[in-house]
Amino acid sequence: MLRLADDCFVLSHRLAEWSSRAPTLEEDVALTNIALDLLGQARRLYEHAARLDGTGRSEDEYVFMRDERDFVNCLLVEQENGDFATTIVRELLFSTYQLGLCGALRESADATLAAVAAKAHTEVTYHVSHARQWTVRLGDGTAESHIRTQTALDALWPYTHELFESDDVTPSLVADGVAAAPAALMPEWSASIGTVLAEATLERPETTWAPSGGRRGLHTERFGYMLAEMQHLHRAHPGARW
Amino acid sequence: MDGAALEREFKALIEADSRIEPRDWMPDEYRKTLVRQISQHAHSEIIGMQPEGNWITRAPSLRRKAILMAKVQDEAGHGLYLYCAAETLGVERAELIDLLNAGKQKYSSIFNYPTLTWADVGAIGWLVDGAAITNQIPLTRCSYGPYARAMVRVCKEESFHQRQGFELLYALSRGTPEQHAMAQDAVDRWWWPSVMMFGPPDGESVHTEQSMAWRIKRFSNDELRQRFVDMTVPQAEMLGLTLPDPQIRWNEDRGHYDFGECDWDELRRVIAGDGPCNRQRLAHHVQAHEEGAWVREAAAAHARKHAATASAAA
Amino acid sequence: MTERDDPLWEVFVRSRRGLSHNHVGSLHAADAEMALQNARDVFTRRMEGVSIWVVPSAAITASSPEERDPFFEPAADKPYRHPTFYDIPKEVKQL
Repeated sequence: MLRLADDCFVLSHRLAEWSSRAPTLEEDVALTNIALDLLGQARRLYEHAARLDGTGRSEDEYVFMRDERDFVNCLLVEQENGDFATTIVRELLFSTYQLGLCGALRESADATLAAVAAKAHTEVTYHVSHARQWTVRLGDGTAESHIRTQTALDALWPYTHELFESDDVTPSLVADGVAAAPAALMPEWSASIGTVLAEATLERPETTWAPSGGRRGLHTERFGYMLAEMQHLHRAHPGARW
Repeated sequence: MDGAALEREFKALIEADSRIEPRDWMPDEYRKTLVRQISQHAHSEIIGMQPEGNWITRAPSLRRKAILMAKVQDEAGHGLYLYCAAETLGVERAELIDLLNAGKQKYSSIFNYPTLTWADVGAIGWLVDGAAITNQIPLTRCSYGPYARAMVRVCKEESFHQRQGFELLYALSRGTPEQHAMAQDAVDRWWWPSVMMFGPPDGESVHTEQSMAWRIKRFSNDELRQRFVDMTVPQAEMLGLTLPDPQIRWNEDRGHYDFGECDWDELRRVIAGDGPCNRQRLAHHVQAHEEGAWVREAAAAHARKHAATASAAA
Repeated sequence: MTERDDPLWEVFVRSRRGLSHNHVGSLHAADAEMALQNARDVFTRRMEGVSIWVVPSAAITASSPEERDPFFEPAADKPYRHPTFYDIPKEVKQL
C-alpha cells in the first residue's frame, strides 16, 4: 500500500517540477493534470495505509516527517525530470505498469484498495495514452528527438526490473488476494511497451543491470535533495497548521 | 461598403454597447490597442506562474500543494485563452511569445517581485488576484467579443484563487507567532505593488481615454484602485493583519477609504526593467521556450510524416 | 515554427448529455490526437464536458460580415415564423 502511495506521490512531485517549464502551454496544463491525478491517488492511499497500520498518521506525516530510508517508492519514479523525452519515457514505463497493477487491484479482497484502484485505473488510462502518443511523436519525429528519446529509454530501462520484483511480504499478500503478484504483470507490460516502441521506431534496450532497493528504502542520491526541498518548511514549524 | 460607412457601422456597434467580432471591420488603432492589451494580459498570466510556482515543491501540506498546483495550472490555461483571443486579431501566439522574449512586449510588473516565504503565496492570492479580479470583471463587458468571452471564463475560474489566498493567510495569521509574522511580512511587501497594479494615476495614463471611448475599458485606473482598496481594507481587519499605509481611513463624506500615495517612481523603475526579478523572470521563460523547441519541432515533423502517409494511403 | 506546423484548432464541448456541442475556444496542436488531448486538459478541468470535438480552424468556412445583410436580412421580416406572431384567445390552453 505504502509502496504504491509513495510511487504516486514521488512521481507527482517530479511532474509538478515542470510547472512553467513545459515545451508548450498546452503541455504545461497536461503535465499538471497528471501530477494532480497522482497526488490524489497518493492521498487516498496514505489515508488507507494509516488505517491499516493502525497509526492513524495524517497524509502529511507520511510525506513530510519520514526520512529517505522510510520511503518505499521504486527508483524509477524518483529519477530526475531531465529533458522532456526523459519525463515522457519515465511516464510511459511507469504508467503502463501502474495501469496493469490498478487493473489487477480492482479485484483486491481489500474493498477500499479496490475502489481506489478502480478510480486510479480510469485516470491512468489517460496517462498511458498521453505517454504513448508523445513517445511515438518524439521517437518518430526528428533525428534529434529520436536520439533524445532512445537515450532516455536506455537510461531508464534498467529501473523497470524493480517494478516486477517480489520480496518476503508480497507472497502472503498475494495469497490473501490483497495484492497482485508483480511478476504476473510483466508479460502484458512488456507487450504493451513493445507495441509503442515499434511504432516509435525505438529499440528495446538490452541490459543486465537491474538496480533495485527502493522498496527497502535504498534510494538514489538525488532523492535526498528532493525530500530536503519538499520537507524543510513543514519541519521548520513543528506542530504548525497550514 | 466604403471606409466611411464601415467606420460609421463600427461606431454604431460601440454606441449600442454591442460587441465587435473578429471579422468585423475595425480601426487599425482599435486592433493595435487590443493586441497590445490582450497579449500583455496573456504574458502576465504566463510569467505569473513563476512566483507562485516557486513554492510548489515546498508547499507545507498536501492539501496546499494540490491547491497551488491547480492554481498555477489555471494561469497557464488563462494565458492560453488570452493568446487565442489575441490570435483572432490576426497575430500568432508564436510571434507574441517571441516579442515577449525579446523584451518588446510587457507583462504586469507585479510579477517582478520575489516570493520569499510561503506566506507570499497567500499574499499573491489575496492581494494580487484580488486586484486582478477587480480589473478583469469589467473586461467581461469589453467591446471586443473574444476578449470579453475569454475574461468570462477566466473570472469564473479565478474565483477560487483569491479565496485560497485569503484562507492561507487566515490560517497563518491565527497560527504560531512565527506564522503570523510571516503573513504580516508578506502583506507588508505585497500591498503597495498590488495597489500599483492598476497603473499610473488617471492624469498620467496614456491609453485610458481612448480605451474608454472604445469600451475596451469601462473604469479608469483610479476608480478601480479605489474599488480595490474599499474591498480589501475590511478583509485585512478580518485577517488580523495590518496594511502598511498609515493614511488608510474611512472617509464618511466620500463614502470610500482614503489612502496614501504610491511610489510611482518605483513603478516606473520596475516597468523599465529594473525590478528585483525582471531579468530572472524573462530568462526563465526564454530558457523554457528554447528547451522546448526540439519538442515542438518533433511534433510538427511527426504530424507532417503522418499526414503524408495518410494521403499516400488514400 | 510556422502556423502550418502548429495549426490552430477550434474546440467544441458537449457539457452534458442532451445538449449540443458548443464552441468553447481554440488551441494549438501539431495533430488531431494532440488537439483532442489538449482540449481535454485545457477546457474540461472542472467537469465541463462529456464529449469533445476538435476542428482545424482552417477547415471552417465562415460567412463574412459584408454578406451579413443578404444572409440575415431576409429573415427579419418574417415574423410569422415565430409563435408570438399569432393572437390566440387567452382561454385557450396548451397551444
